[in-house]
Order: sequence, then structure tokens, then C-alpha cells
Amino acid sequence: MDKYIWLIPVLPLIGFVINGLGRNLLPKAVIGLIGTLLVFAAFGISIATFSQIHETGKAINVTLFQWINAGAMKIPFAFLVDQLSAIMLLIITGVGTLIHLYSAGYMSHDEGFGKFFAYLNLFVFFMLLLVMGSNYVIMFIGWEGVGLCSYLLIGFWYTNPDYADAAKKAFIMNRIGDLGFLLAIFVMVNVFGSASYNVIFAKVKMLEPGFWVITVITLLLFVGATGKSAQIPLFTWLPDAMAGPTPVSALIHAATMVTAGIYMIARSNALFSFAPVTMDIIAYIGLATALFAALIALTQTDIKKVLAYSTVSQLGYMFLGLGVGAFTGGFFHVITHAFFKALLFLGAGSVIHAMSGDQDMRNMGGLWKKVPITAWTMLIGTIAIAGIPPFSGFFSKDEILAHTYEHSKWMYGVGVLTAMLTSFYMFRLVFLTFFGKFRGTHEQEHHLHESPASMTIPLIVLAILSMVGGLIGVPHVLGGHHELAHFLKPVFDNPSLHNKVEELPASTEFMLMGLSVGVAVLALIYAWVKYVKNKHVPVRDGEERSLLATLSYNKFYVDELYDFLIRKPLDTASNFLYLVVDKMGIDGIVNAFGSAPLESSKGLRLLQSGNVGFYIFIMVIGVIAVLAYSLGLTDILHK
Amino acid sequence: MEKFFNIVQSVPLNHYILLSCILFSIGVIGVLTRRNAIVIFMSVELMLNAVNLLLAVFSVFRNDPSGQVFVFFVMALAAAEVAVGLAIIVMVYRNTSSIDINVLNKLKW
Repeated sequence: MDKYIWLIPVLPLIGFVINGLGRNLLPKAVIGLIGTLLVFAAFGISIATFSQIHETGKAINVTLFQWINAGAMKIPFAFLVDQLSAIMLLIITGVGTLIHLYSAGYMSHDEGFGKFFAYLNLFVFFMLLLVMGSNYVIMFIGWEGVGLCSYLLIGFWYTNPDYADAAKKAFIMNRIGDLGFLLAIFVMVNVFGSASYNVIFAKVKMLEPGFWVITVITLLLFVGATGKSAQIPLFTWLPDAMAGPTPVSALIHAATMVTAGIYMIARSNALFSFAPVTMDIIAYIGLATALFAALIALTQTDIKKVLAYSTVSQLGYMFLGLGVGAFTGGFFHVITHAFFKALLFLGAGSVIHAMSGDQDMRNMGGLWKKVPITAWTMLIGTIAIAGIPPFSGFFSKDEILAHTYEHSKWMYGVGVLTAMLTSFYMFRLVFLTFFGKFRGTHEQEHHLHESPASMTIPLIVLAILSMVGGLIGVPHVLGGHHELAHFLKPVFDNPSLHNKVEELPASTEFMLMGLSVGVAVLALIYAWVKYVKNKHVPVRDGEERSLLATLSYNKFYVDELYDFLIRKPLDTASNFLYLVVDKMGIDGIVNAFGSAPLESSKGLRLLQSGNVGFYIFIMVIGVIAVLAYSLGLTDILHK
Repeated sequence: MEKFFNIVQSVPLNHYILLSCILFSIGVIGVLTRRNAIVIFMSVELMLNAVNLLLAVFSVFRNDPSGQVFVFFVMALAAAEVAVGLAIIVMVYRNTSSIDINVLNKLKW
């Protein structure tokens, strides 16, 4: 298997080249087929790789060539596929294949069909590079590459200036995080003399836990993660990123790219477990993001915005899990989240498709009969994300919450509150969209239809995965074996990360599960009463809202705050530099060199009066002056 | 020749220099104040001859004939200058019907 591993990222790259070059030549069916099949082929190889690792339990290390060879620093272009990256490979290529298939239907009317598939293939290539690299430099290439593809795809409909702005926003916010990551790599190369995982993780074990250099490195890595994975304070780009086509939101901004930060921290668990300060910060930031984004999601009316904030919130959960030391739990949530959030986004895309492009839930309602497959699958996804057993979200979320309970009681309380909010806003979305009466225009109602098979098949597959995906990690207390934890054990084999939850009494664990399921069901019932029974519809823009609802609807004015704190001062500073320093100072000096001869010659040319008598007069004066000077000079010399 | 030298040397050198200066100054003032091109021309000749006088006198006083050779050069040059200058003045007169130099103020910046 080791010999063919390089094919996994190369296949999508081939797809990118073919689709990119032939985007205007090849027919749409061919482009869709190439794009989907190549990713599917990569999925096949990934399965083979996965099963090999599952059998042997050994990581695969392949060095393709020596890439950077400068003095003592050697950075090979090498792949490392272990348990962690094998699972990521399956998610990326598996969910990627489904989303490619879905895109073939969703984008079929778009002019940029070929371009879209080329970008999508390129994204898969970079994402695979990110998870397969055996050192931080390769990871960084992938990291930057997915950022680029994210930018290209968010701004896919770039003729709309708002969308182009959203793309720029995503790119710039990611740059801030990327800088942190890059600095972390520099520090690591400086301290450990290498960027390879194996070398760094072996060397770090010799250091004392809490050593300040490790804290600096991990904090910088975490800055990178906050950018890519949309955590406070760099989360505002993700909701705006919904400007991209819906399959992009599903693949990049829900299932894969945004989990890169979690993958990176999980991959670097050897470093992070040596930095308790960073771990605490990660937990706090994750928790704050989870709660904050959930609060915003409560009142959003754009179906994709709700899902976007839900993604931010769930990513916060994952970071909370990592922060409290539940690396397996956090990564488990990455897997289940990839299933149900991709499903929800694709479902939302299907709804938007049916609604002729309208994304406002206030115009939907009563779609259950019109788009039954979409409705059923989205309901499954919603149950999964709400954490109601036995669907996948329950297991992963519960594992995180149990670890959080072990870590700190009040953080657990906030986590449960967030779970309740999650359940509420997700069921609100379902009830507003599929229940009640249709609230859109007649034209839209006439046009309502279920999506084609290429779109519903991925929905059904993802729905099944969302239902059963949690079974890979059934905890002992429920009679399972937690296959995932056993599988990932070699990666998270770290004495400081030992599973404390297993020491909890079974009754406590049941109590925790009961509590989180209880609040989720309560929120479900409240949402049902509010939106189905009482037929409440969120008010239109410009109408009266309560204070809290206004705050939430306007995203707590975070964008405005950033605008005021960062953009305005920056603008002022750059305007000052532009108008005063550059325009007046530097340009002034340069122009002065030009205007000084000009102005002085304007004055001097008046001497050229054309009056011969005057010339002669000046000449005589000159002769006298020269004479006086030379005589005076000789006098002085003689004295 | 000896006798002629004695006659010349019988007047003190300072007087010659003073005379030359006066002649030269008259020439300069003539050039500066007159507008008639021909008068200016004449003033220039006056200045040239003031210098010639001085050259000849110094030559006698220092017993060095090269000074007088210079006088011949200056005379030849002055003759050429007059030929060219008068031609110019004739052309100027034909073009402007005037020999007032203040009319010739077209040549500027």
C-alpha cells in the first residue's frame, strides 16, 4: 500500500488540471464525472490504506524526495499516514465524493461549472496534503492551499461585490491565523532543529511540562487554529463565507477545512499536553465560542447563516474537548460533525434549490410534502446535531461533555446550556422550513420541487452515516467498546492524557447523559410549541425586537466592534500615511526637486529681456566685478 | 628711433595710463548710454584704441617690441570687426528701417 499512497492527493490534482484546462472545452457531464470519479478513486485508496493501518496498527511513512536541504535543516517531502490521518483521509475523500456528486446536480445550471469542479478538486488535493504531510511545513502548504481554495470558492460568484468582500474577509482573517502558525513553525525549527512530527514529538518528551517555549509554540499554533477553525476572535469570516455555493459551505466550511485546526492540535497532542496553560486557554476559547455562536444562531433567519453559526459553535465544542484533554472526544466530534453538518448544509442547499435561490426561512414553511427526502434527511441531521440518542452527535458530544464535567463543573454547565441552545435553534430551523404553511410568493410555490437524484443520493448516504456514525465510539457504560478510542490510542498515547472519564461511576455518567439529552428534548419541545403550535414567525427586518433578540440578530455587533477597533484606526493610520507622509512628505520632496529649477528659471528668464544695452551693462558690471575680485584676491595674497 | 623713444618716455607713464582709462571709460559709457548702433560701434573703436595706446606705451617703456606687434593684431582684428559689424548694421537697417538697438529685443527666453 505504501507505494500507492502518493496517489491519494495526486488524483484530485489530476482532476484539477484536467478540469481547469478543459473548463470551457469539456461538456459538463464529463467534468462532473472526472471530478467525482477521481476523488472517489482517492477514497478507494484511502479505504485500502485505512484497512491496512487498522490491521497492522502501524503508521505508514513515505519519503517522496528531499525537498529543502539547507545546512542542518532538512525538510523532506514525506507523507505520514497514521490512525489520525487515515480517518481524516476517509472523511475528506468520502464526504468529498458525496459533495462532488451533489455539486454535479446543484451547479448544473451555473456557467462556471468547470471552474467550480477544478477549484473543488484543488481543494481536496490541498486538504489531503494538509493531513498527510509528515512535517509542519507540508501541513502548512496544505493549510495555505485550502485557504486559497476557500477564498476562490467563497468568491465564486465574484461579480457580486458582497461575495467578493466575504472572500477577502475570509482570506485576511485566515492570514492572521496563518501568521501564528508560520511563527510556530519557525520557533519549532529553531528550538528542535526540525519540522518533522517524529523528531519534535520525541524531543519534546525530554523537556519539562510547562516549559515556556512549548507554551509559546502551542499558543502560536492555536492562533493558527483559531483562524482556520473560526474561533473567537477570528470567527467572523465563517458566517460570511456562506456567500459561496452551498456545496462549498458543506465541504470546506463544515466538514473538512474548518476542522483542520482541530486536526492540527490533535496531531500535536504531544506538544499540547506539555503546555497546560495553552490547554486551559483552548478550553475557555472553545467554550466561549460554542456559547457565543449558539446565541447568535438563535435569531438568524437565513438558513445558511444558522448553519454557519452552528458550525462555529460545534467547532467550539471540539476545541473545548481538546482543551479539557478529550482528544479522542474532540476528534470523534470532528467525524460525526462532518457527517451531520455536511448533510445539513447539503439539505439546506436542496431547500434553497427548491426555493429558487431564496435563503430566508421567513419565506419558507410547509416544505415537508414538497421535498420529502430533503426534509427527512435534514430532520435526521438535526436530531444528530441536537445530541439525541442514538444518533451520532449524542455520542461525540457526550464524550466531550463528560470530560468537561471531569475538568470543571461550571464549564460543563455552560456546555449543557449550549447543547440546549443548539437543539433549539436547529429544531427552529426545521420547524420554520418544513412545517406550517408556505410563506413565500406564488411563483416560488409553483416552482417547488424535490432535487434530482444526484443531490438526494448524497443526502441519503450522509443521513445514514449521521444515524450510525456514532456507533464507532459507544462508551463502555452503554455496553460499547469505543472502537475509535482503541484505534486512535497509538496517536494519543500520552501519559498526561489518560482517560479520567472511565474512572467516573456509571451512575454519574448516566446522570450526565440524561441531563444533556433532557435539555435537548426540552428545547425541542419548546421549539415545537413556539414555531409549530403557536405558528410564530421571526419578525421582518425593521420591526420591533426585544433587546436580547436585537443583539443576537445583529451578531452582538462583533463585526461593527472589529470595524471600530481595528479597521477604523487602520484606515485612519493608512490615510495619514497616504495623505500626509506619502503625498505631502515624500511626494513633496520629489516634486520640490522638479519645481525648484522650474520656479527659479521662471524668475531668472526675466533677465533675458532681449535688450542689448542691458546685456552690455550687465557684462560691464561683470567685468568690473571680476576685476575687483581678482585684484582684491592678489592684494590679499600679497599681504 | 632712440629719439622718438625719449620723447615718449619724457611724459610719465601714469599720464598715459590715466589717458587710456579716460578714453576707455568714455568708450564704455558711450556703449552703455547710446542707442544708435553706429555710435556704439564708434565707442567700441574708442575702447580698442585706448587699449592700443596703452600697449604701445608699455612697449616703449619696457623696451619690448612685442607690445607693438599686438597693436597691429588688434588693428587688423578691429578692421575685420568693422567690416562684419557694419554689414550687420546694414542688414538690421534693411529689416527694421532703424538702427536703434532697443528695437532689437526679439531675442529673449
